Amino acid sequence: MGELLIGLYIFVLATLAGREVISKVPPTLHTPLMSGANAISGIAIIGALVVTGGATSLWVKALGTAGIVMATINVVGGFMVTDRMLQMFRKR
Amino acid sequence: MESIAQIAYLISAVLFVSGIKKLSSPATARSGNARASLAMLVAIVTVLLDTRILDWTTVVAAVIAGAVVGGVLARTIQMTAMPQLVAVFNGFGGAASAAVAAAEFVRVGGSGTVLGLGDGVTIVLSTLIGAVTFSGSLIAFGKLQGIVTGSPVTFPLQKTLNALLFVGIIVVGASIADAGIGGTVAPLFGATALDIGNPFFVALVVAALVLGVLLVIPIGGADMPVVVSLLNSYSGLAAAATGFVLGNWILIIAGALVGASGLILTQLMCKAMNRSLGNVAFGAFGTEGQTARVKTGERPVRDVDAEQAAMVLAYASSVAVVPGYGLAVAQAQHELKKVCDLLEDRGVTVRFGVHPVAGRMPGHMNVLLAEADVSYDKLLDLDDINAEFDSTDVVLIVGANDVVNPAARDPDSVIAGMPILDVDKARTVIVMKRSLSPGFAGIDNDLFYMENTLMFFGDAKDQMSELVKEVREA
Repeated sequence: MGELLIGLYIFVLATLAGREVISKVPPTLHTPLMSGANAISGIAIIGALVVTGGATSLWVKALGTAGIVMATINVVGGFMVTDRMLQMFRKR
Repeated sequence: MESIAQIAYLISAVLFVSGIKKLSSPATARSGNARASLAMLVAIVTVLLDTRILDWTTVVAAVIAGAVVGGVLARTIQMTAMPQLVAVFNGFGGAASAAVAAAEFVRVGGSGTVLGLGDGVTIVLSTLIGAVTFSGSLIAFGKLQGIVTGSPVTFPLQKTLNALLFVGIIVVGASIADAGIGGTVAPLFGATALDIGNPFFVALVVAALVLGVLLVIPIGGADMPVVVSLLNSYSGLAAAATGFVLGNWILIIAGALVGASGLILTQLMCKAMNRSLGNVAFGAFGTEGQTARVKTGERPVRDVDAEQAAMVLAYASSVAVVPGYGLAVAQAQHELKKVCDLLEDRGVTVRFGVHPVAGRMPGHMNVLLAEADVSYDKLLDLDDINAEFDSTDVVLIVGANDVVNPAARDPDSVIAGMPILDVDKARTVIVMKRSLSPGFAGIDNDLFYMENTLMFFGDAKDQMSELVKEVREA
């Protein structure tokens, strides 16, 4: 089985797993869900680190570095602001 | 090392899924978010150990720069501006994915090897989705921030242009894939070089950026919850596509989770407005043609002042508050909380009914109320609160309009079929509002003229402060 096909299997199964867990998130938490998911989409940082780490040409390095900066903003900002919101959800 | 890295990525994937699962209850949500960030940390440490990093200085500097910017934004942002922030973060995520795909395109091209059809297609997809997400998110940010007009921007042949652009992107994308495998088309245009200056690649990026703009500008401000959700989904798909480019499974898994999340929220938002995604995307809802079928102000209403409203509230046994975005705009949620506390001290049962599209993104109103220290078990969603209105004495509506408009039950109305809060079933309804002007849908609201409705006109914050005083004295 080619790499592309394995990737497709993983993608479809992960989507289904995601649908299962996410559909159980109550409407009250939809904004934190979205900003948390947003932080997770910063997983592109992994790709950016891979390409930048092994970069030998200027363009690859420039694009990769820009990718690291933007993805890190996404990851760090996303998780922090989600935490800030969730700590406000209290029961009294 | 390779298999150890793969195991570490697997652990990261499990932490992501179980972290999201913990978001299913407000009690465990915070630890769920912590777990998801741990998952990210595991993945990042793994890639740093697994990749031979040639230039640590650049990598570390880039991470620190991003972390500082992200951290400052996250700490300083106002909760009312949350939708804008999510839009911006979405844009960065999309742009990062596109940048990685572009870097990989240049890297493979520079190595002198052929790209392979699969690689070519995935690079095109990743660049396309990432760039669309980036420019679309920036426009969404502009609309939410008020930099770009909130009303739909339409022009003749808009759909035709979008379609042409889309076809153009397919042609250009196919040409890039063709150039990648050393095919026959690319040499005709002198576009065989697989580098950043490849005219097809440049055309792809430009066309994708333009498409992102064109897809978002015709959508009105009131439909932003749908747009933000959809862009959220795109940013995940862009990351997943990048995973295909690099053959990295954790990108595919995490990207797919985000893609699914955004899609579910998009569907929920469309359902809450009883509109299809196509209608949101191309309907240009809220344009001039649909405004005010009925002239306002010609029918009598019963208006009350703060003292009378306070009496009605204070001597009720149960009160349901229906907050709309107007509450947040007026920054009156803290005053509202004071009113509710005073009522509860008197033994009144107080609950909140939150419509799914109250606010500018899904669940936005709940965050604003949580910020004002409202206990989350008092925040009821549409179905739960609708079952309660029959037995509710007083409904207090603050800054909401279309979501409580009984016209939704009229098959001929423009909002026909939209799920609404059945506030008219309560014994008394108090509507706190500036004027009788229509909401986003541009139609009059029969609720205001009903016998059991009391209109409490004025600025939400001023009137709420008055109400605090009067309830205290009641």
